Amino acid sequence: MPDHSPGAGVRVRDLTKRFGSAARPAVDAVSLDVRPGEFMTFLGPSGSGKTTTLNMIAGLEGVTGGEIRIGDRDVAALPAHRRDLGVVFQQYALFPHMTAAQNVAFPLRRRKLPKAEIAERVARTLDLVRLGDHADRLPRKLSGGQQQRVALARAIVFDPRVLLMDEPLGALDKKLREQLQIEIARLHRELGVTVIFVTHDQEEALALSDRIAVFNEGRIEQVGTASDLYERPATRFVAAFLGDSNAFEGTLSGGRLAGDGLDLRAPATDLPDGSRAALIVRPERLRLSGAPGSGDNAVSADVTDIVYQGAFRKVLIRFGNGGAGCVREAIGALSDIAPGDRVTVHWSPDHAVLVPA
Amino acid sequence: MFVVPMARLAWLSVTTPETGLANYRDVLTDGVSLTVIWRTLRMMLVVTAVCLLFAYPYAYVMTVVPPRTRAVLTTIVLLPFWTSLMARTFAWVVLLQKGGPVNDALAALGLGDVRLAGSATGVTIAMAQVMLPFMVLPLYSSMRDVDRALVPAALSLGARPAVAFLRVYLPLTLPGVAAGTTLVAVLSLGFYVTPALLGSPKESMIAQLIAVKVQDVLDFGAGGALSLTLLVVALALLGLVARFVRPGAALGMSDEGDRR
Amino acid sequence: MSRVSWPLRAVTALVAVWLVVPTLIVIPLSFTDRASFAFPPKGWSLRYYERFFTDSGWLIALFNSAQLALIVTVVATALGSAASFALVRSRFRGAGALNGLLMAPIVVPTIIVAIAVYATFLRWGLVGTAAGFVLAHTVLATPYVIVTVTSALRTFDRRLERAAASLGATPWATLRHVTLPLILPGVASGAVFAFVTSFDEVVVSLFIQSPELQTLPVRMFSGVTNEVDPTIAAASTVVVAITTALILLPQLLRRNTDHA
Repeated sequence: MPDHSPGAGVRVRDLTKRFGSAARPAVDAVSLDVRPGEFMTFLGPSGSGKTTTLNMIAGLEGVTGGEIRIGDRDVAALPAHRRDLGVVFQQYALFPHMTAAQNVAFPLRRRKLPKAEIAERVARTLDLVRLGDHADRLPRKLSGGQQQRVALARAIVFDPRVLLMDEPLGALDKKLREQLQIEIARLHRELGVTVIFVTHDQEEALALSDRIAVFNEGRIEQVGTASDLYERPATRFVAAFLGDSNAFEGTLSGGRLAGDGLDLRAPATDLPDGSRAALIVRPERLRLSGAPGSGDNAVSADVTDIVYQGAFRKVLIRFGNGGAGCVREAIGALSDIAPGDRVTVHWSPDHAVLVPA
Repeated sequence: MFVVPMARLAWLSVTTPETGLANYRDVLTDGVSLTVIWRTLRMMLVVTAVCLLFAYPYAYVMTVVPPRTRAVLTTIVLLPFWTSLMARTFAWVVLLQKGGPVNDALAALGLGDVRLAGSATGVTIAMAQVMLPFMVLPLYSSMRDVDRALVPAALSLGARPAVAFLRVYLPLTLPGVAAGTTLVAVLSLGFYVTPALLGSPKESMIAQLIAVKVQDVLDFGAGGALSLTLLVVALALLGLVARFVRPGAALGMSDEGDRR
Repeated sequence: MSRVSWPLRAVTALVAVWLVVPTLIVIPLSFTDRASFAFPPKGWSLRYYERFFTDSGWLIALFNSAQLALIVTVVATALGSAASFALVRSRFRGAGALNGLLMAPIVVPTIIVAIAVYATFLRWGLVGTAAGFVLAHTVLATPYVIVTVTSALRTFDRRLERAAASLGATPWATLRHVTLPLILPGVASGAVFAFVTSFDEVVVSLFIQSPELQTLPVRMFSGVTNEVDPTIAAASTVVVAITTALILLPQLLRRNTDHA
């Protein structure tokens, strides 16, 4: 491999962005550490502040308050063109009047590299994204996936220490997306560059990331690995945004969660007695049994519908208190139930998580 | 109905007073005609440059402001299309007169007493006002098509803002620049009313010279020869613009509907 | 992202003022009570409107212009629409050349058209006649109708005509009940353009006028050159008011049909 500089860490402290006189800041005191070489994904619904945060790191958006450090440098005073970050834009932003090769050469020209070296690096990078034989095409003569690869090549050709990607696959169809996801993962591995990747697609986030930061309403709800977020969500928002979940709400008291006709055993928690909380259990962690009943780790429910999904089936249920939920069963281990049956769902205490309500 | 008079004019230019190219030889040799032609070309360049200088930022602002403000700016640009040229020219006579509002404003800014009425400066100011819409509209239509992410992209790739503008934004708006400048240049060449009413007779443009030859001395030979010379220059300029854009788009009127 | 820096704002404001002020300044000036162009006026009166609407010279000129513009509007709209259908719907040899020829009066400097027409009319005895004015203005106005109607026809979905035919409409009925209503906005704005073009035309009119037959812009032109008479300001205001009303009319009509 060529002499790529290893990725740099990105450290963000109390980063805030307020647009005009908007009541709520678009980004509200966000703090985050991205480790050198890490693949970090910003995941969240649209308007949650993830793209604005990315743009502030890139220097494309002014900062209302807070600090950004890349490697050991405070970049607050550095304009975008001197930050040395690769950015891949949502709609690629290829220069329409330049060929693929000229687009890729653009950042090298700005850095006044010798002609021969520019040619060599452009060719090498286009090969890296498998576009070696499309170098002289204008962007409009390339397919969406090819344009995406040119944008990628252009962002990495100057060996940036951090690569920022803003929903880079948003405009592509599903098959192409999956193909490019694999390719982005490969490039990340080969280049050792730090990647910050923005998406609203949870599957994409789960497939690519070392860690994920979940954004909501301008704040980070939780940062963690895919399994952290899935198995140990810190908030109801994270539990609801990533996959399906069953939630039981109540008031904490002496290691129990009571309310709405339920009295459940609460998992260990830092939440004080008397606070409102919700007990979260993922659908595949629930077990069904025919006899009705309830207990420390069980509630009764009515089966409303059963939906088959390949290797799994999803049993939709309604709890005694009226709340809706679902159970996921592997096809090999089906219980003998039908819509309309009254059942008991129960779980192991290890699989329940308590979050603030 | 358009062809016949043009043909007749061409015919007269080579037959009056006698058959031959004498009239054209006169245009190219007699000092007055040449001086006037050079003066007209110089005025054309100045007016075009002034229009480009002011229209480019204006058109750019049109692309970045919120829709409501854009509607206001668009209306302002279209305003001269339906307000009478005579009314506006008369207004400039008032505005630029000695001791008039523009004089006062310039004096207040400490620029002193500039003679505007009857001067090339005055004619430039008034002509640029007439021509600005023809520059703004093609510029706006090419700027509107530029992807807003391109300049940020260039910055992220290490281009200084000035380089991002020169290498990325400007080249992409060049068709609009070409269309606008050519259009304004061609229209300025044949401009009659404004220089006739605001300029000094001693500094007349080619259109005035043609009018004088024909109206006062009924010399259709010389007038025709001057006209055809003017026409050739104008068509050559238009030929240039046709290589960049559709003629309709150049006139800034073709896709009025989808602009809103 | 709508951050517009203050130098850009300043240029935009300057251009806006530049474009708008000449249109607006004639309005206060027309209400002056002095026989001068001093601006701003020291005192106010309606005397120049009184003079405009009682002086037979001004009144006749206004009447001539209005009548002429109406006739030209009808003729140019009919001719221009027919030509547009021919250009858009049938692919005949030389369609491109014909289009170029029909559009030529827009791009050929008006002064050249003026003396060419003058030369021809002198020979045909049309100088100073109503027919001459109609003929000359129609040539100048038709291209604007062609531009607007052509673009309306190009965006028109021809499947609608096939649908009408399949539902039993004759070609004539299809044209009347389907095509024309749908391209009407294009035809209407072409008609307005034609009216304004004729109503505002001054260069060609200057050559083919006679003391007996003058249009309003011609009267204004000689007014500006010869006298210091604020009646011109009143005339300008009237002209601006008429054309503005005409331009706003189709917009208002369109808004109404949108609601229906």
